[in-house]
Amino acid sequence: MSVTTATKKLPKRKGPVRPLFDGSEWSFDLIRKAYDAMGEIALGELGLDIYPNQIEVITAEQMLDAYSSIGMPLMYRHWSFGKRFAHDEAYYKRGMRTLAYELVINSDPCISYVMEENSMTMQALVLAHAAYGHNHFFKNNYQFQMWTQPDHIIDYLSFAKNYVAECEERYGHDTVEGVLDAAHALMNQGVSRDLRPRPRNIAKLEREKAARRRAHEEATYDDIYRTLPEITRETTVEASQAQGEQRRLGLPEENLLYFLEKNAPKLDDWQRELLRIVRLLSQYFYPQRQTKMMNEGCATFVHYEILNRMYERGMLTDGTMLEFLHSHSSVIFQPAFNDRRFSGINPYALGFAMMNDIKRMCTEPTDEDREWFPGIAGNGDPLATLREAWAHYRDESFVLQFLSPKLIRDLRLFAVADEAKDPAMRVASIHDEQGYRDLRRRLSRHYDVAAQDPDLQITDADLSGSRRLVITHHVRNGILLDKVEAERTLQYLAKLWGYRVKLVETENNGGRVLKEHEALPMP
Amino acid sequence: MQVVDRRLNPKSKSLGNRQRFLRRAKAEIREAIKDSLKSRKVSEAEGSEKVTIRSKSLREPSFSLGRNTGSRDYVLPGNEEYKVGDEIPKPQGGGGGRGSQGVNDGEGQDEFTFTLTKEEFLDLFFDDLKLPNLVKVKLKDLKAPKVARAGFTMDGSPARLNHARTMRKSLGRRIALRRPSQAEIDQLMAELAAAEAETPVDDAKVTALRAKLEHKQRLRRGIAYIDPIDLQYNRFERVPKPTTQAVMFCLMDASASMTEPLKDLAKRFFMLLHVFLSRYYREVHIVFIRHTSTAAEVDEETFFRSTDTGGTVISSALDEMLKVVRDRYSPSDWNIYAAQASDGDNFHDDMPRCLELLDEEILPVCQYFAYIETAHGERFNDTVETPVWHGYTEVAQRRRNFAMRRVASPEDIFPVFHDLFSANGVTA
Repeated sequence: MSVTTATKKLPKRKGPVRPLFDGSEWSFDLIRKAYDAMGEIALGELGLDIYPNQIEVITAEQMLDAYSSIGMPLMYRHWSFGKRFAHDEAYYKRGMRTLAYELVINSDPCISYVMEENSMTMQALVLAHAAYGHNHFFKNNYQFQMWTQPDHIIDYLSFAKNYVAECEERYGHDTVEGVLDAAHALMNQGVSRDLRPRPRNIAKLEREKAARRRAHEEATYDDIYRTLPEITRETTVEASQAQGEQRRLGLPEENLLYFLEKNAPKLDDWQRELLRIVRLLSQYFYPQRQTKMMNEGCATFVHYEILNRMYERGMLTDGTMLEFLHSHSSVIFQPAFNDRRFSGINPYALGFAMMNDIKRMCTEPTDEDREWFPGIAGNGDPLATLREAWAHYRDESFVLQFLSPKLIRDLRLFAVADEAKDPAMRVASIHDEQGYRDLRRRLSRHYDVAAQDPDLQITDADLSGSRRLVITHHVRNGILLDKVEAERTLQYLAKLWGYRVKLVETENNGGRVLKEHEALPMP
Repeated sequence: MQVVDRRLNPKSKSLGNRQRFLRRAKAEIREAIKDSLKSRKVSEAEGSEKVTIRSKSLREPSFSLGRNTGSRDYVLPGNEEYKVGDEIPKPQGGGGGRGSQGVNDGEGQDEFTFTLTKEEFLDLFFDDLKLPNLVKVKLKDLKAPKVARAGFTMDGSPARLNHARTMRKSLGRRIALRRPSQAEIDQLMAELAAAEAETPVDDAKVTALRAKLEHKQRLRRGIAYIDPIDLQYNRFERVPKPTTQAVMFCLMDASASMTEPLKDLAKRFFMLLHVFLSRYYREVHIVFIRHTSTAAEVDEETFFRSTDTGGTVISSALDEMLKVVRDRYSPSDWNIYAAQASDGDNFHDDMPRCLELLDEEILPVCQYFAYIETAHGERFNDTVETPVWHGYTEVAQRRRNFAMRRVASPEDIFPVFHDLFSANGVTA
């Protein structure tokens, strides 16, 4: 059973039929022609704003290659990419998985890979989806603007690749592999979630502050105070020293890789550089994780709009349109929770449905929409509204802002609460008047990457004495770390830090300690 | 917009990653290969291999939230009958999207299946094995030298002049020495003609142009278009060409005492030897000789399938082998390997003759002679010495290119093979 709302009905024509292409064979010429025709619609009518495009035609094997290097055209060498390749290849060869029709890279110019096996219809779909849809999103969404430098990424990857290769040559495969393994284990903790100024030169600041204080004391010197008894400050001095140390290290610090890169006592410069490479990559991909649903929704919405408008104008044949609608509806297919094929909410489906819903609310609002979304209901300009949403939201805030009661009903969403200790789960809310807000809040939290990742922070590092590093896991909702995985990862962390590492899991807000793990670096 | 055709880019971009991956999992992959050999059909000997490994060294841990603590919630689509407050029993094992409970002892059975190419399979399979008695092979090499390209030289016969390289050097030299081109001179001459044709004639300009032209022409005369130092000739060298052919003799006792399982053991050993030799020689011939009290060269099918009745006279097989060598495989052109499989029975009177043949005629022409004694599990016991084993022990001590082993079950084949050809020298 599925809850998809797509139709496979052909839209109405509005002009004479003069198709751009017919049949399934594609050629470079046709691709260019289709691209230009789409450009008029995408840039002119939809008002998209894109990076220049570079379309690259590749084979299935090259697509597998690209998969294994997390979709980047260049990547340093590491066995884990070989593992991923072997894995994907095995699945692909057994026919258990089909490859994506395209792959798009957030770079300037925006590179889209398209497969040579695609039919011309698919190439058109892919162009509209990637070269216009994703491209617009990459260029305009605030997350990408804030965190990525698309014009530098290819150069940086090329640097990273050469640097790792050089290190392998100079220090040996095994040592380099060891550092990268450890860095990869901490990759999810290699992200700075918010921009904040890091104290650059604390020592200097402290000196200046001390000088100011001395100047003030001298200016307000009064001999009479000398006669007052001195306050004994022995205990507080020590505490403040420790505090100063903490402040100097910038603790607490959520970006584990950053902290290790800057402060791990035993690492060589090249090892720090490797950590930096992994950390920057992790940071580069962070916006993608936060906007997966919107990004796909935006691209799907754009390709649907473009191809429909092309059809209306007679640029596409009926056959092409039917083939397109078939692919489109399988992309946005959403099986119900009790379906064998169910594997979570399909980001394409939800994204596309929400954006279509926004379009509907802008043009044909109901009373309910007017009550829930007074800002946009009936404003008559769906594209401007969507462009605004694409630019200023991420998945979490997008759901929280725009998920409408109608869509909740259409998808028949319901929430289930699961206590690990109970034998049964409980239905917490369903698609009714009482449940809308609750469902929306819960769903938006699922898209909050920061809330889904464990909240780990370095809280204490003793650089002068035992050199022990303490990491605190602020446990949310009583969910502890997976013990085995945590201990293995901690081992890697200890390897980078070089001394004893302790992981404390505490109740949120510094409550009681729930669990402790420790690791020593292997000799 | 730009459309780039990347389909012709070099393939296997991720080869480096794959090599690193195989190196990482080497130990486990070899274990898996050994396991798979136990159940493998002989005819599949050289195919690519699907390997499933339990990837201990391929783990990629990360801090992740555990599944069996705390409280969480899910938002699911497609509600039909549920109302707020309804209870849903937790799914046992994997339940779509709702978090699989139970299967969390942590020691994740993360099995991982992938396919090795034939080359990778053989590389790993025969990783630290080497051909025995390589010295002899090398000596033989010298007999068949081959002419091969070996860079370039400054002198040689005109027929070997390398035009492209010569012209490249000439061009470089001409640029470095600033030899004026014909076009430059033509242009100067044209300018000069124009200046001379002008009225009134600008004498100073004409003189300057003339001097310039004179200078350029002198340069052109002085700097040769092709100088002897530009000349580059192809160089050839005679390199010893390795003898790339080998013949492998499979000798087997075909009497009724060799039961089907015993033959299967022998077959596996022959198969390994064949694959192994194929890696070193371009051409490997196989000669099957089976014997009872008489010996005959047969085809593979007959060799492994049919049984004969009769006694066991090993020397008959050795005689036959020598005959074939004399007829078809001159030791000066062929690397000769022999593997003999038997259950250890022989007419007692035949042993002296066998040893004599081996010692004096066969071993001197062989690169290597391996004797495999197959035995049923219950008979596999070092204290029981079969007549053949007893006889051969002495030869094995004397001869470096003779080895013998016992095999009782398919699992033993690979270790025994490994043992025989391990890289640190052949011991017997």
